[in-house]
This record gives sequence, structure tokens and C-alpha cells, in this order.
Amino acid sequence: MSDAKLKTALRRTAKAGLYIFLLIWAFIQIFPLYWMFSFSLKSNQEIFVDNPIGLPRDWLWENYRDVIQNANMLRYLANSLIVSAVTITIVTICGLMATYAITRMVWRGRGVMRSYFMLGLALPIHAALLPIFLVLRNMRMLNSHWALILPYSGFALSMSILIFIGFINGIPNELEESACLDGCSVYGIFIRIIMPLMAPAISVVSIFTFLQCWNELLFASVYITDGRFRTLTVGIMSMTGQYRTNWGPIGAGLTVATIPTLAIYFALSKKVQSSLVLGALKG
Amino acid sequence: MERVMRDKKAAAIFILPAFMLFTLIIIVPVVMSIYYSTLDWNGIGRQTFIGFSNYIELLTDRDRFLPAVYHTFIIAAASVFIQLPLALLLALILASKVKGERFFITVYFIPVILSAVVIGQLWMRIYFPRGGLLNTLLINLGFMDPTRPTAWLGDVNTALGAVLVPILWQYVGYHMLLYYSGIKSLPPEIYEAARIDGAGFWQTAFKITIPLLKPVLQVSLTFCVVGSMKVFDLVRVMLTDGGPSGSGEVITTLMVRRMFYPSNRYGYGSAMAIILILMCVILYQFVAHIFRDRDKNRKGKVRYE
Repeated sequence: MSDAKLKTALRRTAKAGLYIFLLIWAFIQIFPLYWMFSFSLKSNQEIFVDNPIGLPRDWLWENYRDVIQNANMLRYLANSLIVSAVTITIVTICGLMATYAITRMVWRGRGVMRSYFMLGLALPIHAALLPIFLVLRNMRMLNSHWALILPYSGFALSMSILIFIGFINGIPNELEESACLDGCSVYGIFIRIIMPLMAPAISVVSIFTFLQCWNELLFASVYITDGRFRTLTVGIMSMTGQYRTNWGPIGAGLTVATIPTLAIYFALSKKVQSSLVLGALKG
Repeated sequence: MERVMRDKKAAAIFILPAFMLFTLIIIVPVVMSIYYSTLDWNGIGRQTFIGFSNYIELLTDRDRFLPAVYHTFIIAAASVFIQLPLALLLALILASKVKGERFFITVYFIPVILSAVVIGQLWMRIYFPRGGLLNTLLINLGFMDPTRPTAWLGDVNTALGAVLVPILWQYVGYHMLLYYSGIKSLPPEIYEAARIDGAGFWQTAFKITIPLLKPVLQVSLTFCVVGSMKVFDLVRVMLTDGGPSGSGEVITTLMVRRMFYPSNRYGYGSAMAIILILMCVILYQFVAHIFRDRDKNRKGKVRYE
């Protein structure tokens, strides 16, 4: 074999090797999910003895009915949805207004204000756990949706302002100037010009905030002890405790909790990815 | 325009909601925590000021707190030396014009968006001694005696390692995407030139991509190290009480237990929270310091912003 031929052969083998590596890693990342879905449709006999890894033989959809009827999964889902939706609304409105004041309006101290909000990126939220708990307890607000909405909104604010600032700086202000000449007020400019133009940023911030609320465990487990207000993460913990070794319904519950996130991800995968990475790269 | 934008009252109206929310939810509680950390207090009885006693007790607690700090640092080190290189390797391969790169990125990112509770519950079942995926596999391959299966999460020697695997596994895709986005934003001409000069994959990676990727590496390293200090969810789910004799305890799980479960030691728990903040700030500065020093040595080289 000539030198050149040997080189291309080597290069091809190397490339195939890299490709196999990518495939193996994809398998490692996705296999636990496949396994969760497959055992959600099995009986314990099948999971532990007959068929631990393969696709289910008879698909036991009863597991899903069981977990939805007997483990309050729909209530947990609803609570998570309410908490996420209200948090997203608060974070978007407050964050956008603050961003407008910091970047477009002219006043002393706006630079300081910007740095002030950025403090939130460095401080671990764990330090707020106890003080907020005590305030909520004194106001008899533990075990309510607000007990989670307020802290979640506070925590998501810094990152949302960071993302909004990145976007708003890319919007030229000619539109605002002409609106101003037409007699539009500051408030009018904000509502008619800025809000519509910031729609892509709002969706990025919404996805980011949604994932944070949907997956949060620490605050949800400390502030909510009443089953009526439990969100999904804590709900899953009590669901798995309830079924103990009956894995089929547990798998079904885990799948139900995962479907909303996965649906959003597959519908908007690029957007979801950038909502988590963007803040990091701009910061 | 200028005049309209100088409206002080409007600026106050726009900034106020966010300012109030942020101050009341983040800043005031942190300040309160500093105060609480100097108290002996269980939330109901008298608040007794005890100065630095909580801190002294923590820093001499060889039984629980110091091991928890040690475990947290092991997680950080494993993330830096296993997770990040793996993520970088994947990003380098994906960015070198591989077929189906979108597919791979989408798949690698899936665990990042999933709830740690779901992932923890899933991995608990992978590690389950009888009938779990891992032991079934090991028994079938003949590596394990079926009469004596390992309880990965229940054994002092394996608990931390067993929890570490899903922690690393979950966020590889996140750092991969950071690196990938960074590489894709580098000027393509550089790669053209490298290709013409006959540089291979590894040469291009080490001589061109990685040096130019420094700002992204700094972000990723910061997130990785600071994030490891705050790790909570997976440990809480998989090792409820810090694992067998605390062998998988981390700072946050210990903090929450001391604060809320049997004893309600609010002051003691707050001192842990303050130590956690300090560690995050110090490590943040430390990472920035590493990258700053390197910058000085490379004065005159092209820097990518």
C-alpha cells in the first residue's frame, strides 16, 4: 500500500471511530429514558424476572390510569403549571420593565442598578431558604402557590434581565424615536414598540423560567407540606413512596411528569437550548 | 426623545417592581442569614447571640460538616476532570462537520432539561440491588455473584460514586453545547488556513480551537465549580439522609437537615449557608484569577471576545 492510501485508510478508520464514540454516548444519554418508558408499561414480574430490558410484552396502560387516579398526579401537574405560569408572567413583566429603564432611559445610578441585579447570578439561593421560610410562616403563607411563586420570581429575575439586556441592545432605537415624534409617551413606547420587538427574548426567558420552576426541589420540599399545593418534584417523591416496590406505576408517574418538558423540548429544541446557554455566553 | 427618556418618575415606575422583588427575595434574606448565623436559635425560643460559635463548631465538625465539604469538592473535581473534558471532546467532534450533528446535539441535551427528581428516581432503580439494571447486567455477564448483589447506594464505599455518575451524566450535554456554540462563533478562515497547512484533528483542537475558546472555557469552568458547590437535588433524592453514615453527604443536604429536620438549628444552618456563599464567591474569583494570569503571559496574541 502506498503512503497516501495508508493515510486515507487511517483517516477513515479514525473518523469511523469518532462516529462510533458519538453513537455510544448518545445511547448512554438516552437509554435510561427508554428504560423508564418501557418499565412504565410492565408488571413487576416482567421487570424483575422475565424481561428487564426489552420492550414490554403486553402494554399495561393500567399503570398510567392507576397513577393518575390514585396518586394525585394531575393535581401536581396543575400546581406546577400554575406556579410556572404566574412566575413566568411576573418575571417577564418586571424584568422587561427594569431592562427598559436600565438600557433606554437616562437617569443617574442606572449602571449601579444593573450591577445590583447581576449580584443575583452569583449568590446561591440556598442562603435565602430560611429567611424566606420564616417570613412566609409569620404571614401564614406557607402551603400556598405564592410561597413558591415569590421566591422563584426573585431567583429568575437576574438571568432574565441579563438575557433581556442582550436582546434590547440589538434593537435600533429609530422606531422609538419616530414613535416619540408622533407624540407617544414613555409608556406607549414600551407597550407598543418594545414589548412586540422583544417577543423572541420573552420566549427565551419564559422557557428558561419554566424549566427552573418545573424542576425546582429544594424550596418546594421545605415550603409545601400540604398535598393540595405540592408541585411535581415533591409530588413524585411522595408518589414513589406510596408505590414503594410496585415499579410499573412509578415508571408511569415519572413518564407523566416528563412528558410536558419533553414535548416543549421537541417542539422548540433550538430555542430551549439557546435559552439555557445564551445567558451564560452573554454574561 | 432625550427629554422623554429623562422622565425620572417613569424610570422609577419601571424599575420599582423588579427592584422590590429582587431586594426582598434575594438581598434582604442574605443579610438576615448573616445575622441568624450568629445566633443560637430554634425559631421558637429565645435568640441568643453567640458570635462566631456556629462557625467554629462547623469548622471543627469532623463528623459531618468537614466530610460534607470534602464530598462536595470531590464532586467538583470529578466534574472538572471528567465531565468537562468529555463535553469538550464531544463538541470538538461535532463541530468538525459530522453527519447528523443536530441529531446528536438534541439527544445529548435531553438530560439537561429533565427534572433531577425524575433522573434520581430513575438511577435509583438502575442501582437497585435486586432487579436493578446495573446488577442484572453484571450478573448476566458473570461479574457479580447473584446471591450477593451490591447495594450501590447503601454501601459506605460506593454511595458517593453512585450518586456522582448521574450528576456528571446529566450536564455533559450542557457544557458540550456551550463549547459547541463557542467553536461555531470562531471565524471560519482560521480553520481554512489550518486545513491548508495540513493540521490534523488533534493539532487543530489543541493549537487553535482550545486557546481561542478561553472565554467560553472560563464560563463553563465557573458554572461547573460553583454549581458543584450547590449540588442538592440528586443527592437529596438518591441518598435521603446523606447516605449510609453520611458517606454521600454534601453541604446543602446537611444544611437543610440541620435547619429543618429533627433539631431546627436555625443559627447553625445559616452559618452553613454563609460558608456556602463564601465558597462560591472565592471559587468564582479563583477561576477568574486562573484565566487572568494566563492572559498576561500571552500578551500580544489574538483574543477572542
